[in-house]
Amino acid sequence: MTTTPDHPTFARVKESFPDKKFRATEFRGDSTLVVEPGDLHEVMQFLKDDESCKYDFLSDVIGVDYLNYPAKMPGRFGVVYILCSYERDLRFYVKTFLDPSVPTEGIEEDPALVIDSVTDIWAGAEWTEREVFDMFGIRFKGHPDLRRILLWEDYPGHPLRKDYPVKGRGEREMYKVVDRTDA
Amino acid sequence: MGIETALPTDIVLTTQLQRVINWARRSSIWPIPFATACCGIELMATASSRYDLARFGAEVMRFSPRQSDLLIVAGRVSVKMMPVLQRIYQQMTEPRWVLSMGACASTGGVFDTYAVVQGVDQFIPVDVYVPGCPPRPEQLIEGVMAIQRIIDEDGIPPIGPGGKRAPLGIAIDPSHAPAPQPVGVGLPKG
Ligand code: SF4
Repeated sequence: MTTTPDHPTFARVKESFPDKKFRATEFRGDSTLVVEPGDLHEVMQFLKDDESCKYDFLSDVIGVDYLNYPAKMPGRFGVVYILCSYERDLRFYVKTFLDPSVPTEGIEEDPALVIDSVTDIWAGAEWTEREVFDMFGIRFKGHPDLRRILLWEDYPGHPLRKDYPVKGRGEREMYKVVDRTDA
Repeated sequence: MGIETALPTDIVLTTQLQRVINWARRSSIWPIPFATACCGIELMATASSRYDLARFGAEVMRFSPRQSDLLIVAGRVSVKMMPVLQRIYQQMTEPRWVLSMGACASTGGVFDTYAVVQGVDQFIPVDVYVPGCPPRPEQLIEGVMAIQRIIDEDGIPPIGPGGKRAPLGIAIDPSHAPAPQPVGVGLPKG
């Protein structure tokens, strides 16, 4: 079965940004718009404000690592935004891809893994963007409080990157041992 | 002249007092539930009326480590939670015992990941392990009974030859016959 990208938002985005590069995919009724990282903020603002889109609810922000993914992807890391419109009864996905420029094993700040934060559009993006930063090391420019959210501040990795060992690098063993005389 | 003159009074009195204290302690174990995951649900079932942990004097769940005797670790402990667990253990007043409930608390269970401690006994002392995923309430009650056995032996877990912890040997022979149900269950015939 072939699906056609017939989500009404696709046409609206295309006519409003005639000179920007987009890609559109549809899988089992879920429509995804792939945007360039630099265009993200502008497009998101449009999706929130436009009369025929009115995506008033950002339900989640997700990171994906496509290392060793069987199919060819436009970049190694994907960031997915799930949008809902209560007013127009629509659901829409926006995706963008980033490629790292420094080795991904560590936690160094990577200037290529930076995109604009959407917290000024949907305030609820604050924690979800913090989670993507915590797990993937993708930084969000303009985020009011970009700290780790689940792991502690000086955690030595971004554990949902595929090159991070699933059993960790000894983080789960580095405690002092408390014995029966400790009080 | 009574019988006490014929007995070495001080020694007999001390052991007797110890036994009274042990009886009091074993009959009023106040657990602190450290329920971080699904095992906690089974812990609640154990404390509620059908299984009735109150029969063993352990129904008063205390949420303050200062007021509790038995730390029940029910569920997986994440790397960020382990220092909290250690702090709670340190805050408990003596005498104190620790029961590790379920596969996750004892070994990490199926969660062999960077985020889960692979057995709390690596970092705090554990007295009794209750296996299962989750353990049935009967098993947990058996674990509490094992704690009672430890208290009966003056709080010292039995040590076997070689200095290793000896099995408590309280398991009863399992019966595989189905227990009679209070009300008949089953599908109507036909
Ligand atoms: S042992 Fe099983 S029931 Fe208990 S916390 Fe782990 S997964 Fe949940």
